[in-house]
Amino acid sequence: MSASLVQQLIDGLAALMLLTSFALLAQHRMLSVLNWFAAQGFLLAATAAVVAYGTDNHELYISAMMALLLKGMLLPWLLWRVIRKLRVHREVEPLMNSTLTMIIALGVTLFSFHIIQPIEKISELMTRDSMAIATACVLLGMLMMITRKKAITQVIGFLAVENSLFFAAIGSTNGMPLIVEIGIAFDVLIAALIFGLFFFQIRTTFDSLEVDAMNVHLIHKDDDE
Amino acid sequence: MSSAFVQMLQAILLLLLAPLAAGFVSTCKARLQNRRGASVLQPWRNLRKLFGKEVVMAEHASWIFRTAPYVVFTATVMAASVVPALLVDTPLSLTADVIALVALLALARFFLALAGMDIGTAFGGMGVSREMTFSALAEPAMLMSIFVLSLGAHSTNLTTMINHTLNSPFALHPSLAFAFVAMLMIAVAENGRIPIDNPGTHLELTMIHEAMILEYSGRHLALMEWAAMVKLMLFATLITDLFMPWGMTLEASPAGVSLALALWIVKLAGLLLALAVIETGLAKLRLFEVPEYLSGAFVIAFLGLLSYYMLEVGA
Repeated sequence: MSASLVQQLIDGLAALMLLTSFALLAQHRMLSVLNWFAAQGFLLAATAAVVAYGTDNHELYISAMMALLLKGMLLPWLLWRVIRKLRVHREVEPLMNSTLTMIIALGVTLFSFHIIQPIEKISELMTRDSMAIATACVLLGMLMMITRKKAITQVIGFLAVENSLFFAAIGSTNGMPLIVEIGIAFDVLIAALIFGLFFFQIRTTFDSLEVDAMNVHLIHKDDDE
Repeated sequence: MSSAFVQMLQAILLLLLAPLAAGFVSTCKARLQNRRGASVLQPWRNLRKLFGKEVVMAEHASWIFRTAPYVVFTATVMAASVVPALLVDTPLSLTADVIALVALLALARFFLALAGMDIGTAFGGMGVSREMTFSALAEPAMLMSIFVLSLGAHSTNLTTMINHTLNSPFALHPSLAFAFVAMLMIAVAENGRIPIDNPGTHLELTMIHEAMILEYSGRHLALMEWAAMVKLMLFATLITDLFMPWGMTLEASPAGVSLALALWIVKLAGLLLALAVIETGLAKLRLFEVPEYLSGAFVIAFLGLLSYYMLEVGA
């Protein structure tokens, strides 16, 4: 495989990454959100493997395997189990209508392209083109966190941000040291488990997974006092 | 062979093959649904039957209602003959501008809408309001997806764009993939196929195209239906032109033209087969979900534009 083909593959994967970030924002059903989230994990693994091949960096193969197992399979499965156990409403409930969200998302992507451009010019890496997309994906994950009502979709947004940061790390530095990456991977896993526990706690305390319910609860408490 | 002759040939072929293409799609659909289905020639027989029948018109129909079929048919055929199908550089290639093409289609749609409202039946008005709502969303998405290609070719002229694609070395272009998906979605919507509109029914509350031409009969109806078939061919040819122009000839030699013709038919058959599979596999969308589908196509096209700038300009 020639270097230019590797670069084209990375560009293609970056474009797909951007697509999954948009798709996560656009989905209406919980199951499809999880499917796209899993697809994002697979894409990350593929990108890591391609970069590992292109730069001859063997540690990245291990990160690729970890991304595949953890982000492509384990996390979506864990979240799906939690969703089924909690019997959450199967529909995602956004705060804004989806067209408006999409327009904001396009604006955010343009913005990140604009701010990354100067950095791209000085970079020598073969993955430099994907940096703007990684930044856009981080911002899109944040957008997902602030435009959803339910705690569970916000957590998926958070995990998507983590995915994009991983992608940014591969793109901008050809991967972090392996020990750091293993540490982050376990952090994310533990975070997902703790979030799972939180969901049950939030539900038993507030009878709902909607984050607004917590505010209402607090206000009522103030009234009582 | 002169290039003018090839131009004529492809325009006539487009006209004659259009009903066959429509028949091919419905036969494929029938086979996929385990039915025998009508022959591929059925749309031709329908057209012949309709041309032979007398025209029944509503009492209050104005001249708009009477002229609309001719305007719609002429505008569509004009748009179709401008699109290069076999030869890259045709005598009409200067007019083969994408924006002009979209304008011609808009002219046809404008008269279709006027005719739909002219009689004042409830169905006509309803169909028109839907058609205009959706086309207002579909048109920018279509232009956006074509602009992705124009960016690389620095032109909105189809001939220049095809030349650019033919001359550039093979590479993976994420932006083109986005543009292609968006264009397919728009083509499905613009031609009133499932999941947007059901072409197989005449009486359904959610119909769009059929609602507009419900009052037509005889040769008027024949022209309207033929125009719709030509439009399907036009979109299929446009997609092959923009995204897979390989095999189109640069000079009008008999060998080149016949090879281009064979490849063109294969490519069209592939696209139409894909359409039949899509129509069989999907259910019609609820009417209020259509704007979301179209804005999705727009977003995908825009992503193509962005990824062109992000990934391909510097590289």
